Amino acid sequence: MSAPRGGANGRLASESATIESATIESATIESAGGALRVVGKAMPRVDAVSKVTGRTVYADDLTFPGTIHCVLLRSPHPHARIRGVDVREAAGVPGVVAVLTGAAMPTRFGVSPSSEEEQALATEKVRYVGEPVAAVAARDEATAREACKKIHVDYELLEPVTSIDQALEVPMDEPIHAASKDSNIHRLAALEFGDVEEGFAASDHVREDVFFYEGSTHLAMEEHSATATFADGQLTVWSSTQSPHNVHRALSSVLGLPMGHVRVVATPHGGGFGGKVDPCAHEIVIAKLAMTTGRPVKCTLTREEVFYNHRGRHPVLMWVRTGVTRDGRIRAMHFRTALDGGAHGSLGAATTYYTGALQPATYDLPAYRFEGCRVFTNKAPCGPKRGHGTPQPRFALELHLDKLAEDLGMDPVELRRRNYVRPNSRTVNGLRITSCAIENVTAEVLAASGYSRRRRRDGHGQGFAVSAYLCGAGSPMYLNRMPHSEVNIEVGRGGVTVLCGATDIGQGSDSVLATLVAEELGLEREDVRLVTGDTGLTPVDLGSYSSRVTFMAGNAAIEAARKMRATLVAAAAERSGAQPTEMTVAGGKIGPLSFEEAVVAAEELYGSLGSGGSYAPPPDISGSKYRGSAVGPSPAFSFSAAVVDLDADRVTGEVRVNKVWIAHDIGRALNPLLVRGQVEGGVYMGLGEALMEAQVYRNGLLHHPSVLEYKTPLSTDMPEIEHLLVEQPDPEGPYGAKEVGQGPLLPVVPAVVSAIHDALGIWVDEVPVTPEKVLRALDSRAKGGDPRTGPRAFPMIPYPPCVKVAPPDAASAAL
Amino acid sequence: MLRLPRFSYLRPASLAEAVAMLADHGGQARVIAGGTDLLPKMKRRQLQPAVLVGIGHLDALRHLETTASGAVEIGASATLTSVLKDSGLARHQPGYAQAAGVVSTPALRNTGTAGGNLCIDTRCNYYDMSEEWRIASGSCLKTGGEQCQMASSSPRCWAISSSDTAPIAVALGATAVVVGPEGERDVPIASLFRDDGNAHLALGPDEILTRLRLPAPDGSRSSYVKLRRRSSMDFPLAGAAVALKMDRGVVEGCRLVLGAVASQPVELGDLVHGLVGQRLDEEAIEEVANAASRLAKPLDNADLSYVWRKRMVKEIVAQAFRQAATSQAAAVP
Repeated sequence: MSAPRGGANGRLASESATIESATIESATIESAGGALRVVGKAMPRVDAVSKVTGRTVYADDLTFPGTIHCVLLRSPHPHARIRGVDVREAAGVPGVVAVLTGAAMPTRFGVSPSSEEEQALATEKVRYVGEPVAAVAARDEATAREACKKIHVDYELLEPVTSIDQALEVPMDEPIHAASKDSNIHRLAALEFGDVEEGFAASDHVREDVFFYEGSTHLAMEEHSATATFADGQLTVWSSTQSPHNVHRALSSVLGLPMGHVRVVATPHGGGFGGKVDPCAHEIVIAKLAMTTGRPVKCTLTREEVFYNHRGRHPVLMWVRTGVTRDGRIRAMHFRTALDGGAHGSLGAATTYYTGALQPATYDLPAYRFEGCRVFTNKAPCGPKRGHGTPQPRFALELHLDKLAEDLGMDPVELRRRNYVRPNSRTVNGLRITSCAIENVTAEVLAASGYSRRRRRDGHGQGFAVSAYLCGAGSPMYLNRMPHSEVNIEVGRGGVTVLCGATDIGQGSDSVLATLVAEELGLEREDVRLVTGDTGLTPVDLGSYSSRVTFMAGNAAIEAARKMRATLVAAAAERSGAQPTEMTVAGGKIGPLSFEEAVVAAEELYGSLGSGGSYAPPPDISGSKYRGSAVGPSPAFSFSAAVVDLDADRVTGEVRVNKVWIAHDIGRALNPLLVRGQVEGGVYMGLGEALMEAQVYRNGLLHHPSVLEYKTPLSTDMPEIEHLLVEQPDPEGPYGAKEVGQGPLLPVVPAVVSAIHDALGIWVDEVPVTPEKVLRALDSRAKGGDPRTGPRAFPMIPYPPCVKVAPPDAASAAL
Repeated sequence: MLRLPRFSYLRPASLAEAVAMLADHGGQARVIAGGTDLLPKMKRRQLQPAVLVGIGHLDALRHLETTASGAVEIGASATLTSVLKDSGLARHQPGYAQAAGVVSTPALRNTGTAGGNLCIDTRCNYYDMSEEWRIASGSCLKTGGEQCQMASSSPRCWAISSSDTAPIAVALGATAVVVGPEGERDVPIASLFRDDGNAHLALGPDEILTRLRLPAPDGSRSSYVKLRRRSSMDFPLAGAAVALKMDRGVVEGCRLVLGAVASQPVELGDLVHGLVGQRLDEEAIEEVANAASRLAKPLDNADLSYVWRKRMVKEIVAQAFRQAATSQAAAVP
């Protein structure tokens, strides 16, 4: 069986023959004589031509006849009580159709059922600069914007809370959220797997470090935009969302409409990266305005408003203590995190657990204690951003291991290798690891970069790091046992139509669905019509987050396509007299019949032709149940390794990245061109977070809510990227595929800082690494001090006693 | 998206008519050529002129002329890209070409003009923000408020001169040609700028900068080094412009001008005076660069920390001197 080859710039690593043959057999059966025809081919996205020729209709391109335009009035204060909102003057402005305040829809909502504390328009108090307070709908945007200035809000100012330290103190005026009981602590977690103290006692060497990872925002090219109509009792909202399902649920709940009366359509997307997973205030506001005015209502956020809507990377302060034996075997690890959550919960409870969940997914930790804390502050709410809660601890963990290796006089790669997780094992915190190419990605990236034999030159260095990420969250955001993704296929005189709730946010999920269905039905991608991300027409998919879509919607699509194929094969057999087992499905033919002839035969025999497939993760992916155990388990994990090569200037402190090698455990590249795009995007974002990006505040006000002042790398700042795809098909992934949307970001950030250490002998234990931080560490060393820039201490946090979770027994630890 | 406020656009047929239009509107009008500085500021409601007088289409302002001796006259509306394409300019005025070549991005240089870059508004990260942000922050001296947001007790505005071409124009001893109701006048370029972030140009409301004259280099070589975070797009965090005349390794004449460390380009005349008659070796360069860094006073109203920016002045000054010296050595047969 010949395996598909990667794109011109991709390289295939050696494949594990046993996993491969088993998977291919179950995945492709006898179709096309076993050779894959569509899967594995490097092809442009199915919507590439529309996108590059400007014909794609994005959310902001939609304007229905009679549309009125909505602008939100936002709070200028970080923390204040609202004593009153007077809209009379604004309502009288010519051209204004409606003015809305929170009183019209006070129901609280949030993307996570555990954090439903947001209102679409705040009624009692505002908690960050930029929080929506009122809305105007008018004949045009300019009128609405001017009318907003005529809304008079009476604020009573409260002392703002702007740091983790301040949030841990007793609130000066009042807590940001009343529900958090005289404290600004949102969430505390304390878990212990195995006997950590025993592990430390048995260690030859114990080390502690403190790290800080600054917050950053997604900076998708497309600003959020949505349009709503309400007609004949049906609400329809078109929005640039990553999860029409989340928006659907929030609209139904806040507006008091049955789910069946609400339809949410995800429009073609200009990027999400996690910033469009939460249901947003403007989506609910325009829906309410459409209901009250009967007019189509549209709202497109400005770039600055997107910065306030945020839901981006949490700033996280971290403390880690690890005990190792002389030969580099980890015996115990204790990891503490403190997350600056901003003003609302968003997915922050999950984020908190994610800052502790995946450490054991790369390293075999015999004993592990995790304590996490998320605080509320008067800043734009943090939430999920590419890598969701895992880039921060990954940064800390990888650098901590570098330092441990230095302590032991051991090669940092060797130290890691001695502790790598094994394929088909269960981690100390109960995660099921199946396919795992962590050794392979390490070998690939080392061989390509020449890391181990790099030549020494002043100011030049290389850094290595490794990481793991989920292929989809094992649990839905709200408790239910329904499938996570469903696909329906309709075949008839109109051709083949695939219906799925999955939302293509640029990651290429539409292309993946077309590829899989075309492969299964012996067609080309162009023969497959896609209807996706529409809660009124398509069966559910939970959304484009947690790198879940290829794995989950992909498996659902394969199931639906196989059912349809069986139907068509049966009809073709009956019509032609051939044996079903002798039929090949390939090249637009079902056995001796053309695809169209087979469809006619099937429709004549069976009537309407439809098939369905669905996917829910298998139950054995998690171990014991405890509070927080829903975070971490996944049907599969991807592994990435990176080497960063850079020059760091000891005079200016400036860092120039020369090249990044990145190897990724993709399982199988369904489309190597799309995989490459995701790998490069992840590297880009990682470099931005390592060197520049910072969502920071001054006097409670976001420092630079503009794309000129919020620094992110330009095309001219990007180094060469050499990507290496390791293809060892996962036994449960669609054709063996695993995720690529998030994992490749993770090792880049620590590898940059490790390379700076290699170049200059200093540690910058805090990102972004600005030139000044580099110089501060060099200056410190020159004065005989610590050659380091970074946080000095971790605060005292009232963590509860640890929930002790027994590690899996020996039998289940080896699956 | 941010949208422009309403304004009237006037298209004069001549420079004289443009001046008359400005005079007619008594301070309510502004000229516009490329608009790359003005229009974003209007979108953020930092500036809200009722009238814009277009001058980009006037041929009289678009010419570019280099004489055999290397003197250059640049029309104020010549785009930075067109200036960069002129091989004579690049050969004789390398410092000016370097400065024009590092302004923003290629796309903005295709639109932005030589005159516009000289005149661009001063910048401050309390000022270059949207109207809503500035309401949340409180207005500053430059937006009609009572106090400077960066230095609350300061009686003056500290917004930063952020032109790349202004420092080199000063170093080259350029002349600005200005036209107003009274006719044309020549202004030594250094006198065009004022040390006031809130009124940084010595131009009347009805005056137009029409041309920039760079004198023949007469054996001197120039260079410009820009400090910025990223390799394109960003405004300068500091700039160093040097014009250097040497004879067999000995300095005959020298000017050093810093950009983006004050509200106007800062010429360090006394500092470099001591170089005349000296050999320009590494030690001399180091000394003058150190002194320049000590004199530079960047403030906390731009990207990265002002401590780092001040420290980097030394590096860019040294680099500018080395470049000018090297370029002179190469130019002398």
